[in-house]
Amino acid sequence: MSEAIVEILGLRKVYDGKNPVIAVDGIDLHVPAGLIYGLLGPNGAGKTTTISIATTRAIPTAGSVRIAGVDVVAHPALARRSIGVVPQYNTLDRSCTVAENIRFHCRYFGMTTAESNTRTAQLLEQFRLSDRATAYPQALSGGLAQRLQIARAIAHHPRVLFLDEPSAGLDPQSRIAMWEAVQGLRGEGITVVLTTHYMEEADELCDRLAIIDHGKILIEDTPAALKASIGGDKIYDLRMRDLHESRQLEDRLRKTDGVTSVEAVQGGLRVLARAQDGLLAKVVTTANEFGLQDVTTTEPSLETVFIRLTGRDLRE
Amino acid sequence: MNEAVDSGNDVRWVIYSRAFFGLMQRDMRVLSREIVPFLIRVAMNPLLFLFVFTYVMPHMSGGARMSPVAGLAAAGGSGGFGTVLLPGLMAVAIMFSGIAAVALPLAQEFGVTREIDDRVMCPLPIGAVAIEKIVFSGIQSLFAAAVVFPLAYYIPSTPVLAHVSSWWFLIAVLVLASLLAGALGLTIGTSVQPKQIGLIFGVVIVPITFLGCVYYPWAALQSIKWLQIGVLVNPIVYMSEGLRAALTPTTGHMPEAMILAMLVFFLALLTWLGMRGFASRVLS
Repeated sequence: MSEAIVEILGLRKVYDGKNPVIAVDGIDLHVPAGLIYGLLGPNGAGKTTTISIATTRAIPTAGSVRIAGVDVVAHPALARRSIGVVPQYNTLDRSCTVAENIRFHCRYFGMTTAESNTRTAQLLEQFRLSDRATAYPQALSGGLAQRLQIARAIAHHPRVLFLDEPSAGLDPQSRIAMWEAVQGLRGEGITVVLTTHYMEEADELCDRLAIIDHGKILIEDTPAALKASIGGDKIYDLRMRDLHESRQLEDRLRKTDGVTSVEAVQGGLRVLARAQDGLLAKVVTTANEFGLQDVTTTEPSLETVFIRLTGRDLRE
Repeated sequence: MNEAVDSGNDVRWVIYSRAFFGLMQRDMRVLSREIVPFLIRVAMNPLLFLFVFTYVMPHMSGGARMSPVAGLAAAGGSGGFGTVLLPGLMAVAIMFSGIAAVALPLAQEFGVTREIDDRVMCPLPIGAVAIEKIVFSGIQSLFAAAVVFPLAYYIPSTPVLAHVSSWWFLIAVLVLASLLAGALGLTIGTSVQPKQIGLIFGVVIVPITFLGCVYYPWAALQSIKWLQIGVLVNPIVYMSEGLRAALTPTTGHMPEAMILAMLVFFLALLTWLGMRGFASRVLS
């Protein structure tokens, strides 16, 4: 595995007050360079706080964060040179035009006027914003504003780009455009760390994922490995007319070749199985004798992984 | 380890100063686009004030006696009320533009839009981002003072008695007062909630202006001793008295050393408060 570009050790953040809130409760994270890395979890899990600390906008209660080897608490101003940030909300400078938002960002990071102009023109082109260069941010749609925020964030060639809930409030089309823009960054050697509570986004976009809940990392792996941990390629949810003989059905199903596990869920049974021809028919025939009402088949998703780990739905 | 952390102070200062000038450049650009509203904002208050009190009123029949400021006109010596007003209105212009350049934009930037985020994320310590606000506001205040001067010099019907005996003292007062106004704006802008910023005009700006020895010299408060002592906590007093000492010394004014010392004291205090407020608003 290559060098860790983002290194988080024992991170804790407690917000003081009448009822102190533990937002981050001992997070360790190593993000290898060049990946798109996702922090997946429900709202309030501690994702945004973790990113705020890593991007020098919040001070940790304990623990440390190093970005490209620089301690963000000890050297915040210098660490920012390696960091690009796209926050959850639109923070574009309303007093400056689209082009100026990028150009002044370049100036803040020490580029000369000529360098800033070249970089601005190049980014406007890359993010298909050239025709809006002289518009003000207020006039941009949500999707365009988001693209401009990403363009601005990477203008100074950061090593890591942090995206906090990048698709919040975007329509499906803009979301896909944003995914493409983020995937394009891989080619520029920018490591991306993003937070999301959309499992589709995590699944589609991320090379590795950490699932976070209540300020702790529950599990960390590739999306494929996480889904494989469910222990089956197919999920058959059987809805039964009545459940008084379900114990007997469970036993029969378990003995069926290809079924990896059977568990009782509300209103019926959930069967996890390997992908195998004819298995569904067998399961249905067996269940039919016990009063099968309906069957739905799905494939394991990150949602299933999350429910498995927390007993809760991601959207709750 | 990152080379910038290792390579010591020289590299660091280059990074910081470039970021600082980048911020200044951005503020200049934004101001240049709003130069007309800026000029109107700066000029309107002194223009009308001078027009009514030093031109219209003296022309009214018996206006000199009717005027509530007839007594004060005497304080200005043979220069009339215009001589009292010149430094005072410059002080107000300096203070106003400090508030307008820092406090009002900050209220918006810290509000729903959090527009300041990108500037806070530049490679510069947070405190220096706050200092940039003060410095830029100071430049605007100097400009505002320069706009008031010709107005206050030419509008009054009785010629103003202005005389600069020490240019160094005048420059020192102008620079200190302008930075002080920026620091005041920063302190106000970071200590009130964005939606309460309108209230600040009634609660802070109007009282410190009217009790800031703007429309009367401090020495003239002698007959109301408690007020003369009380207004000493108001930084605007030292701004108007400083300009009075520098520009219209015929009007009685505070000792010059005391003026400079108090301007430095309030500048340090408000800069410290403003930087602290800024950091606490930006960091969580």
